[in-house]
Amino acid sequence: MNINFTLIAQAIAFAVLIWFTVKFVWPPLLKAIEARQKEIADGLAAAADGRSALEVAAKKSEVTLTEAKHKASEIVAQAEKRGTQIIEEAKANAKVEGERIIAGAKAEIDQEVNRAKEGLRAQVSTLAIAGAEKILRKEIDAKAHSELLSKLAAEL
Amino acid sequence: MATEHADNAHHAEHALTPSGYIEHHLSFNAQPVADGAGFWTLHVDTFVMSVALGFLVMGLVWLVARKATAGVPSKGQAFVELVFSFIDDQVKNIFHGNRHSFIAPTALTVFLWVFAMNSMDFLPVDWVAGIVSFFGGPDAKWRAVPTSDINTTFALALSVWVLMIFFAIKVKGFGGFIHEIFCAPFGSKIWVWPANFLFNMIEYISKPLSHSLRLFGNMYAGEVIFLLLGLWAATGVTGTIAGAILGAGWSIFHILIVALQAFIFMMLTVVYLAMAHEGH
Repeated sequence: MNINFTLIAQAIAFAVLIWFTVKFVWPPLLKAIEARQKEIADGLAAAADGRSALEVAAKKSEVTLTEAKHKASEIVAQAEKRGTQIIEEAKANAKVEGERIIAGAKAEIDQEVNRAKEGLRAQVSTLAIAGAEKILRKEIDAKAHSELLSKLAAEL
Repeated sequence: MATEHADNAHHAEHALTPSGYIEHHLSFNAQPVADGAGFWTLHVDTFVMSVALGFLVMGLVWLVARKATAGVPSKGQAFVELVFSFIDDQVKNIFHGNRHSFIAPTALTVFLWVFAMNSMDFLPVDWVAGIVSFFGGPDAKWRAVPTSDINTTFALALSVWVLMIFFAIKVKGFGGFIHEIFCAPFGSKIWVWPANFLFNMIEYISKPLSHSLRLFGNMYAGEVIFLLLGLWAATGVTGTIAGAILGAGWSIFHILIVALQAFIFMMLTVVYLAMAHEGH
């Protein structure tokens, strides 16, 4: 238990060690650790930002999707409507066309009938004259009778 | 070994008696640094061991700190940061000021240095004596544990004490410091001044004493027990076996004491310096 000069020597050594630590050991360690802490905090903040951005984007995409679905169904409904309309129009057109064709055909038929009637009329008159000629050749004057027969034919 | 020494008449007086053994192991390598010795004596063993350990430990930490990176740390840096954070957390809980400028680095120094000096207790006592007598002859003395020298612990405690007064005056001013000595803790009425003064004097005297003697007592007692176990081992086969077993047990228990005393010494340093910053 003898106190001696060792005490002073040790106190000086202690002071030097403290100075060394304060000056050279502590600051770089503190700097590194604080820089890392900041980096981690920044990273966490960035991650949180990213997560919220993702949420916003997800919400946005959902809205867009719903809108698109809505529009698509609208378009389909419109197309269906238009389709029915076209079919109806086509039906109406077809009906009109058909009627028109029928009417044309009817008119043509009438014309043909008339033409046939004319032909027949002419032939009948010729035949009748021929017949009458054969009959009357023996009896009557051809001229007078032919006049009479033409009148008859015109009346037909 | 004892018989070898007994045969050698020259060495007989050093090695045979238990008191001689203890005395040899507990003597410092004291060298006078000025005429007349007395106070002007240096314990070369204590000084060399403590300075070497201090610069070894803080130098190793410095080597890591020098290349410290904020990115992924190396294993060495991770370990140093573990110690750093441990000390920093302790200081943060006690001292509420700018701890990074002085108190926290001081705490790190105290903890690592005292821990390293205490750890010298793990060196087998007779190995140290053997190595020293191999180089310096049978009369050479060398105590490996600097903290079992009262000079070391007292030097540290007194340095902390001086810092304590320095910070008290720096924070409160000299007037505030004197005011506190006379007016705390019982109040500022003039008739309680003597009581306050007495109280503060007891506090200022007991702080460095308890601070230094706690560490010294623990390390000194630890060393003495190792020596007693060594003595037992010299009594025969039974003593050797029992001494070895108990010595192993005491060493294992000593791991706790070494770390705990270093921690307590560091905590008290921080507490004393933090108290100096706070007014009563």
